[in-house]
Amino acid sequence: MQNFASEISAALLLILKGDAELWAIVLLSLRVSLLAVLISAMIGMPLGAALAVGRFRGRRAVIVLLNALMGLPPVVVGLLVYLMLSRSGPLGVLQLLYTPTAMIIAQVVLVTPIVAALTRQVVEMLAEEYSEQLRSLGVSCLASVPVLLWDARLALVTALLAGFGRAIAEVGAVIIVGGNINHVTRVMTTTIALETSKGNLALALALGAILIGIAVAVNALVSLLSLRAEQEGLSHA
Amino acid sequence: MMLMNATRSGAHVTGESGMIGTWVRAGVIALGLGAGAAQAEAPFIVVQSTTSTQNSGLLDYILPGFEAETGIEVRVVAVGTGQAIRNARNGDGDVLLVHAKAAEEEFVTEGWGVERFDVMYNDFVLIGPKSDPAGVEGGQDIVAALTAVAGAEVPFASRGDDSGTHKAEMRFWQAAGIDAGAASGDWYRETGSGMGATLNIAAGMGAYALTDRATWIAFGNKGDLEVLVEGDPRLFNQYGVILVNPERHPGVRAEAGQRFVDWLVGQDGQAAIAAYQLEGQQLFFPNAQVRP
Repeated sequence: MQNFASEISAALLLILKGDAELWAIVLLSLRVSLLAVLISAMIGMPLGAALAVGRFRGRRAVIVLLNALMGLPPVVVGLLVYLMLSRSGPLGVLQLLYTPTAMIIAQVVLVTPIVAALTRQVVEMLAEEYSEQLRSLGVSCLASVPVLLWDARLALVTALLAGFGRAIAEVGAVIIVGGNINHVTRVMTTTIALETSKGNLALALALGAILIGIAVAVNALVSLLSLRAEQEGLSHA
Repeated sequence: MMLMNATRSGAHVTGESGMIGTWVRAGVIALGLGAGAAQAEAPFIVVQSTTSTQNSGLLDYILPGFEAETGIEVRVVAVGTGQAIRNARNGDGDVLLVHAKAAEEEFVTEGWGVERFDVMYNDFVLIGPKSDPAGVEGGQDIVAALTAVAGAEVPFASRGDDSGTHKAEMRFWQAAGIDAGAASGDWYRETGSGMGATLNIAAGMGAYALTDRATWIAFGNKGDLEVLVEGDPRLFNQYGVILVNPERHPGVRAEAGQRFVDWLVGQDGQAAIAAYQLEGQQLFFPNAQVRP
């Protein structure tokens, strides 16, 4: 453990020098998790908004269930997706197991409930605020969904970041459905798990520090963009 | 509070916020292309193997030779032998490269595999803390050593995951006539993890553990642990390779898989295995039958 400082500087040097192998791992992590969040947003946001404005029997129960699904254990999701995508499983013919696509699918399952539940919360507050306006304009519940989502977009960025944080940090699901195959499905978290199991603890920690750095960078970038959008909005108003 | 503020200010935006849109579109295109590139692939096979062949660095060393010769990419999924066999049984692999002969033969007998070939061997060793509270150091009898560990009730870290190493360990407990599982949670600790993770745990709690020698030599966190018992003929650790039966699983890439099996038990593969050294030691010893 004494050589942690030297390991972390060595790992940072690899990044800065553009070590192809390490960069490929970092980029695959980003590609898988960003795509998973994008797909989750397309599913989860309309779903969450519809749940916020819709009124139907069992709505409370659905909300409770959705909130609970935010805590889905990654390893269970990994196992379920494995069973679906395995050659012996119902979707085996697609041959998706041990590909980045399988990892994206697993992360979509993990992230969609988070995006949907947080969207539901944000939109529900907004809908209450706008309820008279919308009613006076004669906008029906479901027709108001796109309007509400658009108006809530800056707050929804937080929901996406929460989802991204979950996706980029999880290892339990991607290691099962991706298989941690070198140059194919090896991402930051599975590399950290592998190096830990080799007893290279300092290197594993250094990679962890890089992963945290990437998460901070993505969050900073998004918050910068939303700040700019907010300012643009104010200047238009 | 911040959420609501952001929502309110956003609520008055009427104009198109073009910049973010452009960014998002650019991102989608970039990611999409990246995903597409990964799908257009050269011929490959999936090998279900065990952590020792990967963690020791053996596969990283020998596979480039096969890939250069044949143009077939080898994708290795490294898990415990038990899980590797289950995955292969589900058809999620083309070749199985593991180390539990009885389970491998059963795999073939039940029709999941075509034929089993010996590939290489190394040996298991008993490692433990330098202080050696069970007093087994220098012994060559693994069963006697485990009996001493159980008698002293000192911590023993077991894989507990149905891996090849775990199966071997269970055979030794059985030979000693000891029901180690009865002490589970007491001095007998079942980690349910891979070899490396189990060695990390053993280093952390000063426990004894059974490990294959290759993983041990390559392991970077030995701490206070050292090899205490070795050289018992029963510690022999044989690796075998099997092509998954394409009649059971039509998706198996049989031709490419067979080429890999042939290479591994042929001259080139055997020579590559023998040439791999770590810290001046040979980790695996090729012993495939020379085929006519």
